Amino acid sequence: MPAPQSLASQTILANAAALRVENLRKQYGRLEAVKGVSFQVFPGEIVGLLGVNGAGKTTTISMLLGVLEPTAGSIEVGSVNLLRHRSQALAGSNFAAVYAPLPGNLTVYQNLRVFALLYGVPDFPARLQAVLDAFDLHRFRDAKCGVLSSGEQTRVGLAKALLSRPRVLLLDEPTASIDPASARAIRTTIRHFAAQAQTGVLWTSHNMYEVEEVCTRVLFLSRGEIVLEGDPRKLPREHGKSTLEDLFIHVTRQATDGEQRLEARSS
Amino acid sequence: MNPARIAAILLRQLYLYRGSPARVVPLFAWVTVDMVLWGFMTRFLGSLAHTAYRFVPALLGAVLFWDFMTRVMQGVTTGFFEDVWSRNFLNIFSTPITVLEYIAGLLLSSLVTSLVGLGAMIAVAGVAFGLSFAAYGMTALPFVLVLLLSGMAMGVTAIAIVLRFGPAAEWFIWPIPALLSPFACVYYPLSTLPAHLQGLARLLPPTYVFEGLRAMVAGHGFQASLLVTALLLAFAYILLAYAIFARVFRHALQSGLITRYSAETVS
Repeated sequence: MPAPQSLASQTILANAAALRVENLRKQYGRLEAVKGVSFQVFPGEIVGLLGVNGAGKTTTISMLLGVLEPTAGSIEVGSVNLLRHRSQALAGSNFAAVYAPLPGNLTVYQNLRVFALLYGVPDFPARLQAVLDAFDLHRFRDAKCGVLSSGEQTRVGLAKALLSRPRVLLLDEPTASIDPASARAIRTTIRHFAAQAQTGVLWTSHNMYEVEEVCTRVLFLSRGEIVLEGDPRKLPREHGKSTLEDLFIHVTRQATDGEQRLEARSS
Repeated sequence: MNPARIAAILLRQLYLYRGSPARVVPLFAWVTVDMVLWGFMTRFLGSLAHTAYRFVPALLGAVLFWDFMTRVMQGVTTGFFEDVWSRNFLNIFSTPITVLEYIAGLLLSSLVTSLVGLGAMIAVAGVAFGLSFAAYGMTALPFVLVLLLSGMAMGVTAIAIVLRFGPAAEWFIWPIPALLSPFACVYYPLSTLPAHLQGLARLLPPTYVFEGLRAMVAGHGFQASLLVTALLLAFAYILLAYAIFARVFRHALQSGLITRYSAETVS
């Protein structure tokens, strides 16, 4: 597992961030779903994006994927601005999410072939072999994705995500429908991939054990804002909590209480 | 434009057709039924009317060309619906594919599938009812090009409607060819329409195509002015259709509709 990067090394690498997000905002009418979020993900680093349901994680990821236009702010994949050069920036990222399975009416091979063309993957046969190996999908190669179990479909989605060897990998609860043994194998695969390919990974999960195991840094998102950032193995002690899960609950409660106090004052 | 990404959309469609008789049969089944129905109708009308009017090339040929244009439109919309039905928007639109490449892929897929339908219609109309394309001559080919472009423009406009108003808007778009056919003068000359409807008819490229084809069948020769007007209109409509789709797509990115498409609303 790559060591967490020090502040100094982050500063040195600042220009080489795999993903750079500056003051990102998304407003739906009067509702501000994301309120000026800024962060960077460095090559080879796995960053956890944590928060309760509705905190703004998926909205943030949607903006990073280019399928939701921010109200303000900037996103750079490598040094390419996503809003100005959408196609070029998206060529450097890929994603997997439990709510976005690949079309069920195509086989695993067909889906991967189509997405390889879309992402411009060179040497498709070798990449296909590599991702089928990585996620133990050889026996499903010619099966339609729709007949696979939810866990198998998740693995196909991950195979698609790694197929293009992206600079930035966005994973929205990648192990949500996976049994513990497979989840552990997936975590190992992604960690090795991130280290080998020097891919920056942004990983959302509600499984704090998983976050501690995989992430070198975490960002706590609450009501559209980053309220805490740090090493998931040190943060709990720094805030007087015994586990990351306790800290998660504490941060969430604090944000909710603060919001309620503000609402009470304004009314 | 990246040819590989356009090819990806075409390949996806070919994979779907390859594995699905339910998709292949409609490519030629309904147009074949139309040829048989209108073939007998044409014969019957020919037996009633003791004139030199050539019903087969004039009427059956018109039905064939109109059906071809309809197939082109449906080819574009069906390709788009494959992404709607398989909830693939998030996967497809987070790749580097541009709107222009996506549309080009759908148009290319539609061209391939429409040519299958055209081949079936020509075979049935020729073998069963003696329709010969010698009646039109090679000069009919540019008119076919106008119908191809018109069908594509209708298809792109139709998918813009569905993208804007949600999957249920599917039922708005299937009847579009039937709604236009009275004004496109498929079965009768432009002069048959009341004066106030002739203005509307003159806005439709197919009107010029069918006027031109009837003139050729009647021995009045190829009328270049009709073709030029039709081509100019068809090109204008396809540019307009693309502009509409691009505008709707941008709105979908801004509003979040792409990420919540199955909800049919962003509120």
